[in-house]
Amino acid sequence: MSAFPRARRVRRLRLAPWLAAAAVLAACSGPGADVNGTTAAPVAVGAVKSVAVVTHGSPGDAFWNVVKNGAEAAGKDLGIRVEYNSAGDPTQQAKLIDNAVAQGVDGLVVSMANPDALRPSVEKAVAAGIPVVTINSGEAESARFGAIGHVGQSERLAGEAAGKRLADAGKHKMLCVIHEAGNVGANERCAGAIQGFGAATTLQVDINNPTDVQSRIKGALEADRSIDAVLTLNSQIAARAVDAVKESSAKTTVATFDLNSDVVRAIQAGTLLFAVDQQQYEQGYLPVVMLKLYKSNLNAVGGGHPVQTGPAFVDKTTVDAVAALVGQGTR
Amino acid sequence: MTTTTEASETASGTAAAPPDRMAILNRLVARPEVGALLGAVAVFVFFTVITTKFLNPLGISTWLDDASTLGIMAVAVALLMIGGEFDLSTGVMTASTALITGLLAVHAGWNVWFALAVSLAFALAVGALNGWVVMRTGLPSFIVTLGTFLALQGLNLGVTRWATGTVQVSGMRSADGYQSAGWVFASTTKIGNASIQASVVWWIAVTAVAAIVLARTRFGNWIFAVGGSLPTARAVGVPATRTKILLFMTTAFAGWIVGACNLLRFASVQANQGVGLEFQYIIAAVIGGCLLTGGFGSVVGAALGALIFGMARQGIVLAGWNSDWFMLFLGLLLFSAVLVNNAFKKRAERVRR
Repeated sequence: MSAFPRARRVRRLRLAPWLAAAAVLAACSGPGADVNGTTAAPVAVGAVKSVAVVTHGSPGDAFWNVVKNGAEAAGKDLGIRVEYNSAGDPTQQAKLIDNAVAQGVDGLVVSMANPDALRPSVEKAVAAGIPVVTINSGEAESARFGAIGHVGQSERLAGEAAGKRLADAGKHKMLCVIHEAGNVGANERCAGAIQGFGAATTLQVDINNPTDVQSRIKGALEADRSIDAVLTLNSQIAARAVDAVKESSAKTTVATFDLNSDVVRAIQAGTLLFAVDQQQYEQGYLPVVMLKLYKSNLNAVGGGHPVQTGPAFVDKTTVDAVAALVGQGTR
Repeated sequence: MTTTTEASETASGTAAAPPDRMAILNRLVARPEVGALLGAVAVFVFFTVITTKFLNPLGISTWLDDASTLGIMAVAVALLMIGGEFDLSTGVMTASTALITGLLAVHAGWNVWFALAVSLAFALAVGALNGWVVMRTGLPSFIVTLGTFLALQGLNLGVTRWATGTVQVSGMRSADGYQSAGWVFASTTKIGNASIQASVVWWIAVTAVAAIVLARTRFGNWIFAVGGSLPTARAVGVPATRTKILLFMTTAFAGWIVGACNLLRFASVQANQGVGLEFQYIIAAVIGGCLLTGGFGSVVGAALGALIFGMARQGIVLAGWNSDWFMLFLGLLLFSAVLVNNAFKKRAERVRR
């Protein structure tokens, strides 16, 4: 193309695209509005050869790696091909679910951090006769969207339990650290923790920038000397919080959600009070079992209720037993 | 190319010699979208051979869907890049407009169409502001729109949490006017057993309109002119400021379309949505033959760049590959597409001389 194409008259072209668009639009249907009632998955007794797991974790995330390990271990144990994919952006995640439907998988496992956004895709899978198990988040919407079960931990209840435990430890003011701006689960946890604890403030940090995390927690502790408890919602953030407390020489107790080897070491050393463990390995492993049982034996696990994987607490008394399991990526 | 062929080409222009095969090839090669077209064909053939699920109706609808919203943005970004500017606020703009629409429709109880009108006005205002600041201050648009990007990101989170107490707006399906607005932005067309999303239709429409504007209108000439050389363009009477402001408004407008498509289809929007996508739009435009320096590029190429992106991203999943390697593959693919493109561009520049 030359840099200055000649301007020509467009009149001849004006009508054609509109006619074409009208023809296309005449054949299409709008998106479904809210209607009551549920869609039941069509019953089919048969074998499960392949299962797609689509989560909202970003690739390389330590927490989701354990879920992936769980799903793949179940696949190996049961002779099922398990494919794991993830996208943090809900619109991308929806497309990955559509993709799994296009592949014709025998079962689908979906984490629903943003249930509304995933609803059309999940319902499309259900309509295509693919049994769906939801995991991690989306407990309230799971059955409504036609999933056969849910495996996860209620974030609000887990938060409340963590808040209560800190209050029981004699703490008076808590700082709840949110590490992802748009994460609904994280907000639920903090809301629950504040409910269970009482007086608390929240702090927003960026998980992708560890320096920022540490200095901001330190700053918050220095700004308000009355804070005597820090609750983090992620194991990576926990290690930063422990360091921040050390640097600020404040007498502050740190507790966290989720495990990793740093958290284990900190609990052993006594710098971290406890970790709320939602045992996410189960969130990878159990759905594959549930899908197999459903397909081959028409079993429904949970009896219409979500299967809770947590909260389990890891503290000084139990930490040594789970340390090795954390190392091998199953806790 | 050697001087002899160049000579023969000029000869074929003056004398009534038959157009030799070389000249046709040269003319083809000089088009900026040829590299993208070859890349798209290569990726298409590759995945069609690798997996049977790629070329069945369900598979096609999946990667077209992925390419569509990216494509709508890439086309607008391409126009802006040909005009010599960058816009880093495009990704966040898709979330900002959706959040405004969602907040007004769900929390203020407005009709969806009125909410859409307000978010459109907001988008156009931000676009105009971007353009005005760039032209007024003479600062690089990279810096100016980086500021807009950060400001919008903060606004998205702050306003959403202030108004809703959470970080997402949901519940669009029960808002007034959802049915009709949803039909325009989020309906699906059944073709066989595959359903094509409305965003694909928007993508094609936006590409067609932008291609016609760029190639056949005076405004299209102005875009090339201000991107090629601003002082020269001004010297020959091109209204440079107006052109550039309109281009920034175009990318903001595209952000509004994608925001509306996403909001009405997924019925919810997250405060951090869209962050980082601006680079994908620029990448698609560059694969499509746009120069980072402006003055050269194509709208159809940008649409093809988005298609390559969508085919590769979903093709890898359809092929059932371990997703750990996904980004590596995507990186290599983009790199080779740009290399092929670059080789063609060099050749094209030699031909044009």
